Amino acid sequence: MLLRGAPSFSASWFVDFDWPFADMIEFINVSKAFGSKVVLKGFNLKVNEGDTVSLVGFSGSGKSISLKKIVGLIAPDEGTIRVDGLDVQSLNRHELYELRRNVGFVFQFAALFDSMTIAENLAMGLLKAGGYTEDAIRERIEESLRLVELEGFGPRLPSELSGGQKKRAGLARAIAFRPKYLLYDEPTSGLDPVTTAVIDRLILRMRDELGVTSIVVTHDMRSAERISNRIAMLYDGRILEEGTPEELFRSTNPIVRGFVDGRPELVEQGNRELQGLSPDGSMP
Amino acid sequence: MKDLTFGPFAAVGKATEDILASLGKFGEFFIEILRSLRDVSTWSPLLVQQMRRLGVDSIPISLFLAMFTGVVLALQASYTFTGQIPLYFVGTLVGKTMMLELGPVLTGLALSGRVGANIAAQLGTMRVSEQIDALETLAYNPVAYLVVPRVLAGVLMFPVIVIFANALGISAGLVTAVNLLDMSTQDFIRGLRLFYAPFDITFSLIKTTSFGLVITVIGSFMGFTTRGGAEGVGSSTTRAVVISSMLILVLDAFWAVVLLQ
Ligand SMILES: Nc1ncnc2c1ncn2[C@@H]1O[C@H](COP(=O)(O)OP(=O)(O)OP(=O)(O)O)[C@@H](O)[C@H]1O
Ligand SMILES: [Mg+2]
Repeated sequence: MLLRGAPSFSASWFVDFDWPFADMIEFINVSKAFGSKVVLKGFNLKVNEGDTVSLVGFSGSGKSISLKKIVGLIAPDEGTIRVDGLDVQSLNRHELYELRRNVGFVFQFAALFDSMTIAENLAMGLLKAGGYTEDAIRERIEESLRLVELEGFGPRLPSELSGGQKKRAGLARAIAFRPKYLLYDEPTSGLDPVTTAVIDRLILRMRDELGVTSIVVTHDMRSAERISNRIAMLYDGRILEEGTPEELFRSTNPIVRGFVDGRPELVEQGNRELQGLSPDGSMP
Repeated sequence: MKDLTFGPFAAVGKATEDILASLGKFGEFFIEILRSLRDVSTWSPLLVQQMRRLGVDSIPISLFLAMFTGVVLALQASYTFTGQIPLYFVGTLVGKTMMLELGPVLTGLALSGRVGANIAAQLGTMRVSEQIDALETLAYNPVAYLVVPRVLAGVLMFPVIVIFANALGISAGLVTAVNLLDMSTQDFIRGLRLFYAPFDITFSLIKTTSFGLVITVIGSFMGFTTRGGAEGVGSSTTRAVVISSMLILVLDAFWAVVLLQ
């Protein structure tokens, strides 16, 4: 299950492992600070198989670093991140690489290797994994490009693509392994409304055609509503509120309301309430 | 009084702390490079390309420097000798200075600008555009993929470059001496061989290898630790050049103390 689409990989990293956990991504009490700047504190989130969870929040609230922790790019100071029951922090390098092949990462600005063609970008991971014939790689690249509606773009260089096309190419690279999970870092930021809708459609398509479980970091409440079955709002280092899109849009929390409706005065009011309610950090 | 002194001391303390923290990070990075040497299948396909880019492509600028250095050395030697010292010593001075000092050091300084800056800018751009993170998510070891081929290329190719530079610098000195100083080729070669020791070349190569290591490792470290967009890339590049140039001079003195005494 975990290694779907990549039958040639060694599965040794979990054979000696009982399987008491459901398939999911789990943040348990995660904290992270950079120097004196606390970004996450007591962050908890559970993403079940089949979910598409939108993670929303203000700029700089720690959304990107949360995603990076799932694939072990950034270590938490405290707490645990589990992917399918495995503590990401405890994995050795080989195990971490196996995990990463099951978690596709779509970077905010695509992060395509700019000296390589799109096809070469897509081939990178497959070449490294080994066990694919040249034909299989070519086929996989074509199929991935078709899924993101970029047929025929293989020979182009990233610099020859528009912003929206780059994001799609980044998505194609992330799905080249047919991962079980996909993490999107602001897939629609900086795009016009129509291109945004195209990307949203692709995210849904990945869910339906590839059966992936996704976390989508976004600022865009409209696309969050379109693509996700759950929305979680990150605020002040932890999840402030979490629920179905309808629940979030009906929220009475002033900060959530302020974020959803784009009203800073509500956020300020909510902030004052937060401080008023818990001057020493304890709840009344 | 207390206030006056406390501020500066605190600042010095903070700076020391920062330097120690950076040194610690650098140590970790260097160990990671050594560890990544084992990942041969990742770095070996890229080695030849880097040897060409960092090595072969650096030969013109090194030869250019060496040629003019040889000319100047010959003329300065004869100017200094003012007829008090036999002219064939011009050959001695050009040969020794070129091999022991100026060949390696000038090449090293030029390449810290060319190669070190290039590595820092390239890897720094990859860092801030998340390409290094992307490599990791594709299950690559980015140090094995990006750093090891560059460091090995530097260590292997810089000595080759310096051999060419030494040879051309000495030849340029010879041509200058014969044409401008009223010396014969035999005179120059006599001087050249007079105090020549095979160790001169070894010394030259040891030095150069260490410069190649310093330039590529510092450039890679600065690139990898870049933060903050285009401006960050700019300051990493500057830092790579400044620090590796300084280290080249420090190493230069170090090798003289260790190997020439
Ligand atoms: N390596 C680092 N060193 C120091 N601080 C960092 C580092 N990486 C991130 N930060 C800080 O952590 C905070 C959270 O960063 P993150 O990129 O996760 O924010 P974000 O929620 O994704 O914001 P945005 O919506 O702007 O992308 C930011 O304030 C950032 O300045
Ligand atoms: Mg972000």
